[in-house]
Amino acid sequence: MKTFLICVLVLLAILIGVYLYRVLRGPTVFDRVLGLNGISTKAIILLIVIGIYFERVDMFIDISTGYALLNLVGVLAVTKYLEEKGRS
Amino acid sequence: MIFSYEIPLLLLLLVTAAGAILVKDLMSAVLLLGSYSFFLALVWAWLGAVDVAFVEAVVGAGLATVLFLLTLFRTAPKDTRLRRPPPSLTTLIIFPLLGILLLYAAKDLPGFGDPNSPASVHISPTYLKQSYQDTHTPNVVTSVLMDYRSLDTMIETVVIFSAGIACALLLRRQRR
Repeated sequence: MKTFLICVLVLLAILIGVYLYRVLRGPTVFDRVLGLNGISTKAIILLIVIGIYFERVDMFIDISTGYALLNLVGVLAVTKYLEEKGRS
Repeated sequence: MIFSYEIPLLLLLLVTAAGAILVKDLMSAVLLLGSYSFFLALVWAWLGAVDVAFVEAVVGAGLATVLFLLTLFRTAPKDTRLRRPPPSLTTLIIFPLLGILLLYAAKDLPGFGDPNSPASVHISPTYLKQSYQDTHTPNVVTSVLMDYRSLDTMIETVVIFSAGIACALLLRRQRR
């Protein structure tokens, strides 16, 4: 079971690397925002898998919920910023 | 553990940190810093410091990004591209030296989770044994923060509150 979870963790890290390429290279800001969003969805799952690995899922679910909520606020702020900047 | 998972996490951390420094646009640097502190939260979670990971994920990755964006929104001109001068010779000499010094010092640190390290033998056993009799709080971390170091925590709270008031004063919408 531990081996399986480690494999899942490594796969998720590789997937995050793919998104990270888009965040780093992205020609426009929109690419970066989308890449960041993808990273955060992967990362929420990653946190929960780490929680299962350490058999402390309850605590890690709190972290990932808090992160998911605040990530929503962050993305809203980014989109608001881009909207206002485009208008003026 | 044969395979240590910190290494890919630390690699991601390094890549995002370098990207936030090297990227040409202030907005993208803010986004990259958000993902940087998220990876830092993953490292904390992996090392077992769950509450630190919680604070890092919520404050570092969530709130700090919003605050940076708010600052950019209020202060920066429309064009957020960066034109930074190349680093000076002193920077190029001093910072690698500092890095080498830190790596040299890190060689003498005790291993992670070492039961004979000074932190584990000096005061932690006392806290673990006596905190319930002293403070009647089941959570040891809470009893250390709120009882043994309560003065420290109070002043920290004062600092955070005054910083928050200053931010609110600076960022409020001005009526003219």
